[in-house]
Amino acid sequence: MTERIAVVEKIMGANERLADQNRRRLDDSGVIAINLMASPGAGKTSLIERTVTALRPTYAIAVIDGDVATGIDAARAAEAGATAVQINTGGECHLDAVMVQEGLDQLDLKSVDLLIIENVGNLICPAGFPLGAHKNILIASIPEGDDKPYKYPGMYKGVDTLVINKIDLRPYVDFDMDYFQRGVETLNPGLLTFPVSCKTGEGLVAWHTWLKTLLS
Amino acid sequence: MHELSVTQALLDLVVERAAAAQAARVTDIYIEIGQLASYVDESVQFYWDLISGGTAAEGAKLHFQRTPMSLECTGCGTTFQPDGETFSCPACGSQQVQVTSGGEFLLVGLDVEKAPRASKVEV
Repeated sequence: MTERIAVVEKIMGANERLADQNRRRLDDSGVIAINLMASPGAGKTSLIERTVTALRPTYAIAVIDGDVATGIDAARAAEAGATAVQINTGGECHLDAVMVQEGLDQLDLKSVDLLIIENVGNLICPAGFPLGAHKNILIASIPEGDDKPYKYPGMYKGVDTLVINKIDLRPYVDFDMDYFQRGVETLNPGLLTFPVSCKTGEGLVAWHTWLKTLLS
Repeated sequence: MHELSVTQALLDLVVERAAAAQAARVTDIYIEIGQLASYVDESVQFYWDLISGGTAAEGAKLHFQRTPMSLECTGCGTTFQPDGETFSCPACGSQQVQVTSGGEFLLVGLDVEKAPRASKVEV
């Protein structure tokens, strides 16, 4: 005879629990962690380089970089002055809490103020795998087009902060900022947004200032 | 997205809950997937058929309830499902709308068969 058992439990609960554990570990060591997500080429590593260069004199910065292959991005972060750890995901298209835990194991967290986690370039999967960061940040870029909030609602809904990079290219590409912003506002009302250009430096002061408020 | 690893996570959870209930067999599994959660029913079913063999959940039927993304108009309170590109309220046309659901991926429940009790023998 059959019996109905109610469960109502998240199927991906195991990753969430480990993300919570990562978060407690960061908090115990006084580290603020941000998870940077974006399409390939939107400017995650460029933003990291700019950020490390600006904040490094005052804050100790570590970077955990996730990529399917190469140590290219960790090398760029190290060149800018961060303590960099490269995680090669073995084909996995996103970082998960297990991989971040492995990255944390390689760092002396007591001597870190800001941890920047650079996720694998991907607008879909990272949104489904919390890592334990204090802020989940999406970098959109002007050349990608203005319809991305509508096409990737899971990502746009799931982040705390949005950086719009490559604003220096606005005169050269079709990008309806009103259409873009409406999509963002629907999915994530009041989303904190930083329009920047990592190339020209425009908008970066506001971004760095905000990071400093997180660190204070 | 990642249907093999999520199906494995589902199987682990089902087997754990069935064991806790001292069930001999799982017959039906009820899953809720939100539109924003990016999982495909057919792919979960496909991997389920591959990996559930030899467990108490072998042969269990998966039932998927899809939860569409739901929006609520902050102007007039209408709740609706967006039709793709535009998120504006179908009642009043406002673009001030909020997402109220769509990200779920839940094991809602299971139907199990308990181990049969020994039957009383009439002498």
